[in-house]
Amino acid sequence: MSRARQVAPPREVEITLNGEAVSATEGETILQVAKREGIEIPTLCWAKTLTPVNACRVCVVEVEGSRVLPPACARKVEDGMEVQTHSERVRHSRKMVLEFLASSVDVSTTPDVSRWIDEYDAAPQRYGPPAPAFTAGERDRLRAGHHVAPDGRHAATVKQPPKIDNDLYVRDYAKCILCYKCVQGCGTEWQNTFAIAVAGRGFDARIATEFASPLPDSACVYCGNCIAVCPTGALMFKSEFDRRQAGTWDEDRQQVTTTICTYCGVGCNLELHEQDNEIVKVTSPLDHPVTRGNLCVKGRFGFQFVQNRARPGEREGDAPPPPHAADGTGASGNGASGNGSGGHGPRGGGPPT
Amino acid sequence: MDLVLHDVGPTEGEREAVDAVLGVPGSMWEGATERLSSDDHVARGGHAARRQRHLLVPILHAVQARAGWISPGALNYICRRLTIPPADAYGVASFYALFSLEPQAPAVAHICTDIACRDRGGDALCAEMERRLGPPGAADGEATWLESPCLGLCERAPGAMVSIAGAEPVEHSLAPADADTVADLLAGGPAPPVPHPQVPQAQDGQDGLRLLRRVGRVDPSSLDSYRAHGGYEALRAAVDLGPAGVIRELNDSQLLGRGGAAFPIGRKWEAVARNPRRPHYVICNADESEPGTFKDRVVLEHDPFATIEAMTIAGYATGAEYGYIYLRGEYPVAWERLVEAIVQARGRGYLGRDILAAGFAFDIELRRGAGAYICGEETALFNSIEGHRGEPRSKPPFPVDSGLFRRPTVVNNVETLINVLNIVREGGPRYAEIGTERSTGPRLFCLSGSVRRPGLYEAAMGITLRELLELAGGVPEGRTLRAVLLGGAAGRFMTPDELDVELSFEATREAGTTMGSGVVMVFDDAADLPAVLRRIASFFRDESCGQCVPCRVGTVRQEEALARLANGTGSAEQDIALLREIIVAMRDASICGLGQTAGDAVESALAKFDVFTDATGGGR
Ligand SMILES: Cc1cc2nc3c(=O)[nH]c(=O)nc-3n(C[C@H](O)[C@H](O)[C@H](O)COP(=O)(O)O)c2cc1C
Ligand code: SF4
Ligand code: SF4
Ligand code: FES
Ligand code: FES
Repeated sequence: MSRARQVAPPREVEITLNGEAVSATEGETILQVAKREGIEIPTLCWAKTLTPVNACRVCVVEVEGSRVLPPACARKVEDGMEVQTHSERVRHSRKMVLEFLASSVDVSTTPDVSRWIDEYDAAPQRYGPPAPAFTAGERDRLRAGHHVAPDGRHAATVKQPPKIDNDLYVRDYAKCILCYKCVQGCGTEWQNTFAIAVAGRGFDARIATEFASPLPDSACVYCGNCIAVCPTGALMFKSEFDRRQAGTWDEDRQQVTTTICTYCGVGCNLELHEQDNEIVKVTSPLDHPVTRGNLCVKGRFGFQFVQNRARPGEREGDAPPPPHAADGTGASGNGASGNGSGGHGPRGGGPPT
Repeated sequence: MDLVLHDVGPTEGEREAVDAVLGVPGSMWEGATERLSSDDHVARGGHAARRQRHLLVPILHAVQARAGWISPGALNYICRRLTIPPADAYGVASFYALFSLEPQAPAVAHICTDIACRDRGGDALCAEMERRLGPPGAADGEATWLESPCLGLCERAPGAMVSIAGAEPVEHSLAPADADTVADLLAGGPAPPVPHPQVPQAQDGQDGLRLLRRVGRVDPSSLDSYRAHGGYEALRAAVDLGPAGVIRELNDSQLLGRGGAAFPIGRKWEAVARNPRRPHYVICNADESEPGTFKDRVVLEHDPFATIEAMTIAGYATGAEYGYIYLRGEYPVAWERLVEAIVQARGRGYLGRDILAAGFAFDIELRRGAGAYICGEETALFNSIEGHRGEPRSKPPFPVDSGLFRRPTVVNNVETLINVLNIVREGGPRYAEIGTERSTGPRLFCLSGSVRRPGLYEAAMGITLRELLELAGGVPEGRTLRAVLLGGAAGRFMTPDELDVELSFEATREAGTTMGSGVVMVFDDAADLPAVLRRIASFFRDESCGQCVPCRVGTVRQEEALARLANGTGSAEQDIALLREIIVAMRDASICGLGQTAGDAVESALAKFDVFTDATGGGR
């Protein structure tokens, strides 16, 4: 056997896309090919840097010979495949998915959804007025396999108060479409911290820490990589959340400055979003070869010190993090052994405030 | 990964329950309470601990059975022992209906409120439980009750299951259930006798039956009795045929899977046998949770060795040395009998190394579901055995390439497997003479509801629905037939005009219906069809795994629209149109068969019956 293994060049395949012959490369998804051809297929649970979970089903397309509609974001092209991206069947499923989501979740900060709702003639209000919101923590206690029978007067929703249990970011699960992105980012695909998972089942499924305990008691290291991949705004910088609440969040007044993080030598790219002379959010480009959009707590949230130094006392709630300040418990331990850093909150040292 | 745990430990009982599965911890890292010499050297656990993740659900069962709930302290200890992040383990535990994550009374009665039971005493029993014990799920007190989907006891409706947590946990199935007996069991009363299997055909002699031949005649607790009734002749015949010969006979038999998807068994086994990736696995899907289905339970309770023998043949033919039986969590009698049967088979060399001195090895592990219909879907079942949430995976890849532990896997239903015994003994071509041209062999049918002789029936494929109803004695005196639900909650309703449909895969498909898991549930003129539809919708709303939007939200919207229709609020015309739209999207865009069929029964009822305006059905 020769050591120089032959790597076969990717094979070209021919598919039919909305009646037009199109060439594609084996291994590409229908979504990739459609994008190249200038056809917009809506996506919600797909993200550039994560394995498709094909859960939202807004991207479904019709493939000749397939009984059901496969998801464009995950289905790979095959030679001879005949794909319809906007047939009546497809439009119907997309409309219903958009209605299902918009009638049960607050999609006001999910980009593009309102445009798609128009494009697909979706009418989320036809399911009736939204049911009263859950009280804090109520949804977290729902038991699999049991629910109260509805009377049909209200449309069930996931409305609930936002979880504000630390100074760095807010979890507003009334906006969560359950796309699994945060779980993937926190877990196997990037951060390997596993602070959050999907809990519960069916409509009662939710993103949760163990027993829905507050984030400062959990394994969260405040890297914010979940925020980076959350497509809905359910996970949001506290600095953004507060400004949105106050009505002062204004992306038109924001400037994004790209720089390199100065904390360590890795060389992560930072995008500092600044509004009214304050840094309001920090991101990293998804296609950056070093970060792929991910950062650590220092790059993500360590910006406060700039502002503290510049304008002491001017910020509301002037005290710097720690993140567990809000619930005031700080009483969580972390077992007898097994955790090198022996603390909770941002391990590995917080920003030098 | 840093394992970050809270500062709360298990109770003594919880620790014992976990240690009973995993053994005592070998170091403090793994949760020992005092320093052991192993702690002086290296941190232990890591990969070795994580490789035991597949024990997560069995451990959760052990803790639930001991403590009556999964406490934070118990979860911490489990996570330490298995090196699983607690959020992850919590996500798994909270997926299953039989695990309580809040304190719960130790004695729990699960009362079936599903469609065969609800108006055969189930609703009345629930009302009585509520009167005696208060609202379902109470934490204080010694006993409580919970509503349950179909418990697979439909032929003896109403069904109930009682479980009592403690150092010596007990579980009983009870049907027909009455409040006094339930109360007695909750108070620790003795186990009710296991009733004789309800196989009405046995009255006329069982020799003509192929699948139910031994049921009720053989002693299920005795391998000798099994052998005296022809047991292990098939394995011997299989060894004579050789692995390729077995697969050839299966191909010739044209047997199609009985679990719902009607896939040819020969092709499945062949694909696994040929797959170069090792190891291979064999799984018997005994999760049977389709409302109205009880056939696998009857077979496993009364003829447990048959399934074990058939799995052994599967292992031999496909080169798998290890098999799992995934039994639904609500089948305590089948569990006990299978445990005993596996022990006996091992003891007599029918499982283990060098079976029949034919140079092959095979063993079986028994796993319990924990209250999740979706875990019957084969890829969800893999996830469940592996210790993950029972969410279906996307296909492809298919199980024959990447199944359990991402290895080539044969998954077959109990009924499919026991057919193998006949095929191997009498040969594929002869077997194929039974039934119709494209649906060969015998089939089990679960008759329940308004029939004179409910129970499990066996008939050659191609029997008509009318003939089958006649076998069961038709609807009781003074009642008229209104509807038959064919195939279960994921099936479709049939009208009295459609009784001549032939029960074969091709004829039911042609007629726009399905045999599904062999459910034939009969409704008479007194049936409250709107309530039946709402119960079906409620089932799917509860059992959706929640992964995909069309099913997660569609099942909710379906139930809401049916509630409006039943209550007469809103516009019936609009709601019926809306339901149709919802159902099309669920069918077209859901990931798996659950969502894809969650509207089928409702859709067929709306098309065939005047459900919401009819004098006999609506307006209640
Ligand atoms: C929601 C759902 C539930 C299922 N439940 C079962 C079950 O309880 N038992 C079963 O044998 N198959 C069940 N199936 C079908 C399995 O996925 C699989 O097709 C079957 O076990 C294959 O075995 P067979 O070829 O012998 O039928 C279910 C499928 C779906 C979509
Ligand atoms: S919180 Fe955001 S990223 Fe996580 S599942 Fe919900 S919508 Fe998706
Ligand atoms: S169809 Fe339903 S059960 Fe199946 S994957 Fe989707 S949500 Fe889960
Ligand atoms: S984007 Fe494809 S399924 Fe969500
Ligand atoms: S046991 Fe009640 S419906 Fe099956």
